[in-house]
Amino acid sequence: MKFDLVDTDASRIAASLVKARRAAGSPAMGMVLTLVVVTDEAHASSAMRAAAEVSAEHPARILGVIRRKRAGPIRLDASVRVGQNTSGESVVLRLSGDLVDHADSVVLPLLLPDSPVVLWWPHDAPSPMAADPLGVLAQRRISDSTACRTKRAAMLAQARHYVPGDTDLAWTRLTPWRGLLAAALDQHPVTVQSAEVRAERSNPSADLLVAWLASRLGVTVTRHNSRGPGLTQVRLLTRHGDIAISRPSGRSAVFAIPGEADRPVALERRTTAELMAEELRRLDEDEVYAEAVRSLTKRQDTKQEKSA
Amino acid sequence: MTEPSPNPLRDPQDRRLPRIAGPSSLVIFGVTGDLSRKKLMPAVYDLANRGLLPPGFSLVGFARRDWADEDFAQVVHDAVKEHARTPWREEVWNQLAEGFRFVPGEFDDDDAFERLKATIAELDEVRGTGGNYAFYLSIPPKFFAPVVGQLKEHGLAQAAGASWRRVVVEKPFGRDLTTARQLNAVVSEVFPSESVFRIDHYLGKETVQNILAFRFANAMFEPVWNSHYVDHVQITMAEDIGIGGRAGYYDEIGAARDVIQNHLLQLVALVAMEEPIAFDARSLRVEKQKVLSAVALPGRLDQHSARGQYAAGWQGGTPVQGYLQEQDIPASSTTETYAALRLDVETRRWGGVPFYLRTGKRLGRRVTEVAVSFKRAPHLPFSETATESLGQNALVMRIQPDEGVTLRFGAKVPGTGSGTELRDVNMDFAYGGAFVESSPEAYERLILDVLLGDPPLFPRHEEVELSWQILDPVIAHWATQGRPEQYDAGGWGPTCADQMLARDGRTWRRP
Repeated sequence: MKFDLVDTDASRIAASLVKARRAAGSPAMGMVLTLVVVTDEAHASSAMRAAAEVSAEHPARILGVIRRKRAGPIRLDASVRVGQNTSGESVVLRLSGDLVDHADSVVLPLLLPDSPVVLWWPHDAPSPMAADPLGVLAQRRISDSTACRTKRAAMLAQARHYVPGDTDLAWTRLTPWRGLLAAALDQHPVTVQSAEVRAERSNPSADLLVAWLASRLGVTVTRHNSRGPGLTQVRLLTRHGDIAISRPSGRSAVFAIPGEADRPVALERRTTAELMAEELRRLDEDEVYAEAVRSLTKRQDTKQEKSA
Repeated sequence: MTEPSPNPLRDPQDRRLPRIAGPSSLVIFGVTGDLSRKKLMPAVYDLANRGLLPPGFSLVGFARRDWADEDFAQVVHDAVKEHARTPWREEVWNQLAEGFRFVPGEFDDDDAFERLKATIAELDEVRGTGGNYAFYLSIPPKFFAPVVGQLKEHGLAQAAGASWRRVVVEKPFGRDLTTARQLNAVVSEVFPSESVFRIDHYLGKETVQNILAFRFANAMFEPVWNSHYVDHVQITMAEDIGIGGRAGYYDEIGAARDVIQNHLLQLVALVAMEEPIAFDARSLRVEKQKVLSAVALPGRLDQHSARGQYAAGWQGGTPVQGYLQEQDIPASSTTETYAALRLDVETRRWGGVPFYLRTGKRLGRRVTEVAVSFKRAPHLPFSETATESLGQNALVMRIQPDEGVTLRFGAKVPGTGSGTELRDVNMDFAYGGAFVESSPEAYERLILDVLLGDPPLFPRHEEVELSWQILDPVIAHWATQGRPEQYDAGGWGPTCADQMLARDGRTWRRP
């Protein structure tokens, strides 16, 4: 079921959602959260598609918010979709005129009652996210600094303004790497003396990985530039030799442990939908990210003091 | 040995980190079988695809085929392409395929087991599998003893140092209490009980955890979960298919042994048990054993059990043959393809609440569900005509397909000029999940649990024996009753099953 509403308001949009649900013949709602996607025309279709994929695992009402020109008359257009390739509902809201500064007034009445709200900025996110008028509506605020123009600077800005509930997909991307590293130390409980991370110069995930390793292991961790793509190698130096995971191609990787044959491992870069699905699996604070972020900002501060 | 120091990269708060199995390999006996191709091989690939298998993981097939490693890899390749849940990724396949080995041989062939031993030693060397093996016995139960014996004889069952050996056994776990005990004796002589993983693939870990979460994470269901409010419980597992190519196996086993003994009695235990003190395998087992010990058979089995055999008929638009006409089934077979049974749970909570169990092949549609039927309200302040089409409230836990919960309750029909009219309505919830990483197949969870050494939620031998104690007298009774009643394929079972409920003034739900 699809409706296009031109020059409308939130209550008419809400009414059309109810109408679409009736028409689909399933009045009960199995939706577990509201996912608000703040995007622009250029990224809207890919972001909404990823959100729809995610809603197969986390049935959600998806609200896409597109801010158009501030100049000109106030106007709200909406296209409502129910039950087409999503297990929930999706609404794309197009705002223009002075309304662009008051998106929260449109979104608030459309939130699902009594269930969590997740805000997702698929590219440039405001900083701090928690102070954004839409950000304050959410329990969980997700940025993606890898997709921002300023990448590492954007990641650092989010890190400096961290409040519980914030996360960055640059951090989510690290989960398979962190899993393999933890598994390596499960199998070989050796003391790590130092560590090295190699990645593309602009890669924000590498900084988070360095910070995480440093805070968990309490040793010196250095970052080196490589030609990418993304993260290419992590090396844990121990007295018995190096534990290394290398992924030169961005697809399959090699896992090396001293005294044993090198083994290939699958370590593919995941799609945005997969990252978001992982992100939505827990909606409480990510303490480990918080710790990594604290360690990262501390490192940056010492670096600046030194250069000053 | 000193305790290994805790891994600094692990943090209980870090719930994103997947648990990746340690270096290990999986040896499948009966690797050419249906189950292995349709379930095990795809599950191994799906696990690899999700990054949960250890680097260097190896898969060894053992079967009576004249295959080289490459032929085996081709078979796995085709099976994965056809049945895997996750998308195909060439590089995942490539790294996995390097660890495939095939050992041809019979189960009584000593040379073959020596070759298996050499293959495994080679894998330890080349792939770093660290001497850790899981043996998956995807073979008929009569071969369990010889294979387990061979594993012991050739030193394959003893682990050196910190490495481990585990064994996976598929249902049926025996065909009655005596054989179940024998089987257990054979396996437990070689493998300690924590190394034995029994799998009931109908009842995945995910499902068990869903039921537990539903019952014990909520405040509003537990207060009515007892004989004050519940009238009766119906547990159904219906299949629309016939016996397919499993004539030899099925004709010896029958519906009750195939499904009631393991699957339905496990569901009874999960639905009826008290709250476990913790959400772990041990506490769960304690509660399940308690409630299974409290299960009592009806006084008269002729009145409160039923069985049937499917006759020819139409199944979902296709003409199908009857059980006795199936290939390799003797025309005189008395094996039941439908079985129904009333059980009582003799506890304070459940006294007087019958549990009706039924299972069958070639029924209306494929469905597994637990339906809890509530008593009618003691007083209805409506006219009799208003409540004519109002049934009992029901809470249905759908196990498959489309796992979810349905709540059935009465509501007023809008309008209806001449007075109030009440009718039953459904409220439905489905556990979303069709996504890349969402609901893993039961086999994925199982294989991962085996490789991680996670204590399984699957039954230990005590529960298996308790279940046989419940079922054995029923099967013995049926053995004296001649041929089972014929029922039309594509329907909902024999009339004797309907009469069985009618005696108690109840009817079966149409699932």
